[in-house]
Amino acid sequence: MIAIIDYGAGNLKNVQHALNLLNIECKVTDQPGDLQSATGIILPGVGAFGEAMNRLNEAGFSDEIKSQANQGKPLLGICLGMQLLFQKSYEHGEHEGLGLIEGEIVRFEHGLKVPHMGWNQLIISAQNKESLINRDVQDDDYVYFVHSYFAQPKNEEDILHATDYGKPFTSAVKRNHIMGMQYHPEKSARVGMQMLKNFGEMVR
Amino acid sequence: MLAKRIIPCLDVQGGRVVKGKKFADIQDVADPVELGKKYSELGADELVFYDITASHEKRGIFLDVVERVSEEVHIPFTVGGGIQSVEDFRAVLQAGADKVSVNSAAVSRPLLIDEAAVRFGNQCVVLSIDAKEVDGEWFVFVKGGRDNTGKHLFDWAKEGERRGAGEIVLNVMDTDGVKQGYNNEVIAQLSEQVNIPVVASGGAGKMEHFRDVLKHGQADAALAASVFHFGEIELQALKQYLFKEELPIRLG
Repeated sequence: MIAIIDYGAGNLKNVQHALNLLNIECKVTDQPGDLQSATGIILPGVGAFGEAMNRLNEAGFSDEIKSQANQGKPLLGICLGMQLLFQKSYEHGEHEGLGLIEGEIVRFEHGLKVPHMGWNQLIISAQNKESLINRDVQDDDYVYFVHSYFAQPKNEEDILHATDYGKPFTSAVKRNHIMGMQYHPEKSARVGMQMLKNFGEMVR
Repeated sequence: MLAKRIIPCLDVQGGRVVKGKKFADIQDVADPVELGKKYSELGADELVFYDITASHEKRGIFLDVVERVSEEVHIPFTVGGGIQSVEDFRAVLQAGADKVSVNSAAVSRPLLIDEAAVRFGNQCVVLSIDAKEVDGEWFVFVKGGRDNTGKHLFDWAKEGERRGAGEIVLNVMDTDGVKQGYNNEVIAQLSEQVNIPVVASGGAGKMEHFRDVLKHGQADAALAASVFHFGEIELQALKQYLFKEELPIRLG
């Protein structure tokens, strides 16, 4: 059973609907204790980084997510949920994240339309080509993005996917069983559903 | 590369899609969920569902539609029509919509944009603008093009962006429904003046019109309704055509 974390931010239903359609057992929960019995964790989220971290901390989720991830439980952060995996974000000030992946969250530079909104393509990193999460996903496949900030991982080996917007940026990360996707797989038609299915396989 | 988006728009009344005389090759087109699914399978990049019921007691039926769409369609969709308050935003977002478009309510009370952007994020606030040219100047209209608000189009668009809109839909009243093409000049001007995506609306009649507005009009996306509903333009064929015209287009 995959636990979808509800910390009062954003639309969880779409993730839930997608998993239901794929026959992947899941449960939306606002109880940190539920993460222990889950076989995998999804951290969704839209909105602002600082506010989201406050809510995760107040609800007691931050420590539990870190503890579960450190025990090897598969974790998938989506959109803001991916950004929260990092150490620090510069969205409206400076905020500390979960620190599960080394690196920072920064804003797109001037000269580009922000938010980066719409369908853009994946470049699959060489070191992760064979990962189960990439099964039946190809270079140049399109996924759906809506975001104004993006991740800069410190270690190149953590990059799962890159995407070109003005210049290439990291659109997905993977450090062992900890993964993050800047795009919305639950809104990315066939390609996104395939990746959620792959995550479901990793959780079993 | 970021793809140009093609967005079919569905008008919904009493839980059914409002359609014209003939819908080609699609069963039960009157069901917004079925039609939305069909368009999604044919390659639509996003969908817009517009509530034209405009009566408060029928709102529940529309919210049910939104909920069912979010269960069955796995591409982003925007909901519009009759959005007056942050509470209305909350209701449709909770039902599963990804974005919410506001038009006249934002003209009457621009603060609505700020409030919705702070509460739900810029990415889900779409500012929809009806514009018309009067004596060489572009003005914002409301009430289906009857009332000139006196606001200048470009000023209003920039104000909307500053207040937190994440996207602008520009519906040019003069070209709407005429099927003679989008007004590429004004859309290009708007696209240069704001730093958020611009969606062109009003005027699609042929495939070339989409190409022109995405190329010369510099639009990030093109929205259309009747050409898709009446089967005059088939989505898959349109996207193939635009791809061949060397536009960045998502296929398959």
